[in-house]
Amino acid sequence: MAEATPRISLAGSGALLLDGAQGSFDDATQELVWAVATAALALEGVREAVPGMNNLLVLFDPLATDAQTIGDRLKALWSGTSARAVAGTLHTIPVHYGGSRGEDLPGWAAHCGMGAEEAVQRHAAATYTVAAVGAMPGFPYLSGLDPRLAWPRRSSPRFKVAEGAVIIGGAQAGIMPMTAPSGWHIIGHTDVRLFDMEARSPVLLRPGDKIRFEVAGMDG
Amino acid sequence: MIEILTTGLPNTVQDLGRPGHLALGISHGGAMDKEALTIANLLTGNDASAAGIEVALYPFRLRAHTDIAVAITGADCPVTAGDRRYPSWWAIPLRAGETLVLDAPRAGARSYVAFAGGLDLPRVMGSRATDVKSGFGGLSGRGLSRGDRLSLNARECALPAGGLGAAIDGRRGTGASPIEVRVLPAAEFQAFTPEARAAFTDSEWSITNDANRMGYRLSGRPLSLVSPLELLSHGIVPGTVQVPPSGQPIIQLADANTCGGYPKIATVIEPDLWRLAQAPVGARLRFLPVSAEEATEAVRTARRRLDAFAAARERKAGPLQSE
Repeated sequence: MAEATPRISLAGSGALLLDGAQGSFDDATQELVWAVATAALALEGVREAVPGMNNLLVLFDPLATDAQTIGDRLKALWSGTSARAVAGTLHTIPVHYGGSRGEDLPGWAAHCGMGAEEAVQRHAAATYTVAAVGAMPGFPYLSGLDPRLAWPRRSSPRFKVAEGAVIIGGAQAGIMPMTAPSGWHIIGHTDVRLFDMEARSPVLLRPGDKIRFEVAGMDG
Repeated sequence: MIEILTTGLPNTVQDLGRPGHLALGISHGGAMDKEALTIANLLTGNDASAAGIEVALYPFRLRAHTDIAVAITGADCPVTAGDRRYPSWWAIPLRAGETLVLDAPRAGARSYVAFAGGLDLPRVMGSRATDVKSGFGGLSGRGLSRGDRLSLNARECALPAGGLGAAIDGRRGTGASPIEVRVLPAAEFQAFTPEARAAFTDSEWSITNDANRMGYRLSGRPLSLVSPLELLSHGIVPGTVQVPPSGQPIIQLADANTCGGYPKIATVIEPDLWRLAQAPVGARLRFLPVSAEEATEAVRTARRRLDAFAAARERKAGPLQSE
């Protein structure tokens, strides 16, 4: 379905949003998003290309090009570029599930209709893909969550969710790179740092990287 | 060296921001009113990208520990340097030991203080802008506190006697109400009911006190979608007007998250973001729909305005010195 014509809309005076989503998130479409993002950066007047979940935001200089031209080029790239998997790095993330730093574990397991142990095992059994990085520095939108583990976001976000929180939001999984507000559910905690301004490469996870969670401990 | 005497945490070190890293989740950030900071820098002979201070909470006071030249732009606030009073949009000398005071604005909200030479702070990902949300840039990633001392890059700035002022066409009437900002329709515009689309541009909105560098929550007639929408997360730009399920819009601004998921009814065009930066809590807003061509023309006009100012300044005070 990835090759269907994407929807393109204005995102202000110097940006376009290309939306390639065909309903729910799709890995093949995402590989096309990555490829088109790379190709779009070579277009004259383009300043940034920001992959989202099955979509792509492209920022351009409206005095060097125009929305019509960029839109036409993006459509051509979308139909003419081969989706390609990114040979990303595999990261193993040790997680302590439940307890005070994973307070939603019991509620999550109950929502999924299984015991906490089973929910954790399923969460740690999957291989996830970093589909996009965004919202806050280094935050990975992870695809690959077992559909039985999905849980719609909280109706009101928490004001503070701690750095290292391992979280679930709808059909997506994530890890908090810093303490920030979030409406996702907290099922565990990791000490792996995803964003470190002192590091040579401050952002650990890149689109296309793979993630496995490893059970480092669990408090039911 | 300068020393901060009176401030609040909303006052931060800012420059023109750090574009280029949105795909890593790093906001552009930078001055909310980039034009005002740019002109303050040009007035002191700096490159437009030098770091200064964004003042959003008043009074703001600092002491100069050496002779320096400063420029104040942005909101229309009373400025006192030593015992001398100045209007805003003026570059002035400040002698060692003298105090600079910015009092509450008569109109507008954010003021910019630029220093000849610029603030000497390390660049983080290409910028000295403070990203408070993520805790980096500026002074240790935080707002300014009393007692903070900031070094300046040493540079002479010979100002004409009496200082140097800037009168920028199109910046007058900052205090007009309602504040009008031009918008382009965004991806989900057509997903709103005809009543909501009409109410968006035909009615006035007020800025609630939930307003900061990340964004402004507005209040007004609730906007409804034809049917509920679940969107996948997508990149957003400053100026994006999202409508969460409450129906009350949020305008995302300089330090906004780089991705969002709420339906977007419109985007405030980039050349009008300064009007939002200068809109205080409680101000009334009106959205004016424009075409893509009109938006581009507005970008061109804003760029010409800056170019014209830079040329006029150079005729009067000599060429800029780059770092």
